[in-house]
Amino acid sequence: MDIRFALETFWSLLAALPLTLELAATSIALGSILALGLALSRLSGILALDLFARTYVFLFRGTPLLVQIFLIYYGLSQFPAVRHSIFWPLLREPYWCAVLALMLNTAAYASEIIRGGLLSVPHGQVEAARACGMGRFMIFRRIVMPQALRQALPGYGNEMISMVKATSLASIITLMEITGVAAKLISESYRVIEVFVVAGVIYLAINFALTRLVAFAEHRLNPKLRAPLPISADLKGETH
Amino acid sequence: MTEPGFLDIISFGADGWGAALAAGAWMTILIAIAGFAIGGLIGTFGAWAKISGGPVVRGCAEAYTTILRGIPDLLVIYLFYFGGSAVVTAVGQLFGAEGFVSLPGFIAGALAVGITSGAQQTEVYRGAFRAVHPGELEAATACGMGRLLKFRRITAPLTLRYALPGLGNVWQVVLKESALVSVTGVVELLRQAQIGAGSTSRPFDFFFIAAMIYLAISTVSGLILQVTERRFSRGVRRG
Repeated sequence: MDIRFALETFWSLLAALPLTLELAATSIALGSILALGLALSRLSGILALDLFARTYVFLFRGTPLLVQIFLIYYGLSQFPAVRHSIFWPLLREPYWCAVLALMLNTAAYASEIIRGGLLSVPHGQVEAARACGMGRFMIFRRIVMPQALRQALPGYGNEMISMVKATSLASIITLMEITGVAAKLISESYRVIEVFVVAGVIYLAINFALTRLVAFAEHRLNPKLRAPLPISADLKGETH
Repeated sequence: MTEPGFLDIISFGADGWGAALAAGAWMTILIAIAGFAIGGLIGTFGAWAKISGGPVVRGCAEAYTTILRGIPDLLVIYLFYFGGSAVVTAVGQLFGAEGFVSLPGFIAGALAVGITSGAQQTEVYRGAFRAVHPGELEAATACGMGRLLKFRRITAPLTLRYALPGLGNVWQVVLKESALVSVTGVVELLRQAQIGAGSTSRPFDFFFIAAMIYLAISTVSGLILQVTERRFSRGVRRG
C-alpha cells in the first residue's frame, strides 16, 4: 500500500466529509419530524390518518432507496406542472433531491421506531397523569414523550447509522460526498484498495462517533444509568 | 418516434417495455438470491467463528461484522467491481491477455451483496444459536449422536427455526441492495428502468413501475417467508 497516495486520498476525502455530514444531519432532522407525525397518525385512531401512514411506511420500506432517489431526481421532471412550480429551483438541484429522498425514506423507518417507543409507555402512567389533571398536550410533553424517547433511542441510533451509510447513494446523482470522491479517485487511479481503506476508515470513524454520541444521550436520558447526585453539604449537615 | 403512453411501457408487445422490465426483474431476483446464498455461507462460518473460534478467529469475525456494518454498501460494490476487475486483469495478463479485462458486474455485485449480507447473517445465526436450549444439544450427545449427525438433525433445524424471522429481514435488505448493483452496468430492474427512462421522456413512469415491481417481489417473498416460518415452527406450541 502506497502511504503517500493514501495520505493524499485521505485529504481529498476529508474535504468531502462536510457534505456527507450535512446530508445525513439535514435528512435525519427533517425526517424525524415527519416520522413523529407518521407515528402519531398511526396511533391517532383516525382511520384515514392511520391508513395513510400505513401505506406510506409500506411504500417507502418496500422499495430501494435508489429507486426513490431516481423517482425524485429524474422522475419529477416528467411533469410540466412540477417544472413550472415554485419548488423547481429546489427540485432541480441534486442536493435537495437527495435530501428529500433520504428524508422521506428515513421517516418511514423512524416512524416505526418512534411508534414502538410511544407504545412502550405504560397506560397507567397516562391515566395517572390524567388523574393529576394534566391536559393532553402536557401529558404528551411531560410523560409520554420523555419515556418514548428513552425507549426509542437505541433503535433510532441504528437508523442514524444507516442514514450515514445511505448518503453514499447521493454520489449516484452527481453529489461529490465521500463515496462520490472515492469513486472518482478509483476510476482515475485504479488504486482500489487504498481508496477503499481510507474511505472505509472515515465512514467507520463517523459511525463510531455517532454510536458514542447516542450512548451518551441514552445515559443522560436514563436516570437509572446516571450516577446519583452528590449529597450537598447543607443536607449532610442536618444529620448531625 | 412516437412517445409511448403509460400502458405502452408495461405492454409486452413489440413497442412495449414489458418483456425488458420482466427480464430485469428476473435478473434482480437472481442477484438477490446469489447474494443471499453467498451471505448465508459466510454467515454460517462467521457465526461458527464467533461461537466456537479461538481468540484470533473470533477477533477476525468481530472485525468483519463491525467493518461491513459500518461502511456503505455502495463502497463495497465499488471495491468488488473495480478491485475484482484489477485482479482479473492481472490474472489475464499472466495468461497473455492484452489490456483491461473487467469482472462481470453480476459476479462482482453478487459477491459484494453477499459479503455485506454475510455480516448481517452472522449476527442472525449467532443470535439464533444462542436461543437453542443447551439441554437439547446435551440430549443429542447423550443419545450418542456424532458431531455431524447432531448438527444436521438437531442444531441446524433448531437454529434455522429461530433464525428465520431475522433471515427474512436480511432477505428484504438484500433485495433492496441489489438495486445498487445497477452501478456496475448489470441490466437488472433498476438499470432497465434507467435505460427506458433515458430513451423516452417518461422517467417517472419507468421508475414508478420499477418501484411497484420491487414492492411486488418483496411482498410475495415476505408471504413465502411467513409460510416457511410456520413450517419450521410446527413443533412449537402457541399461546
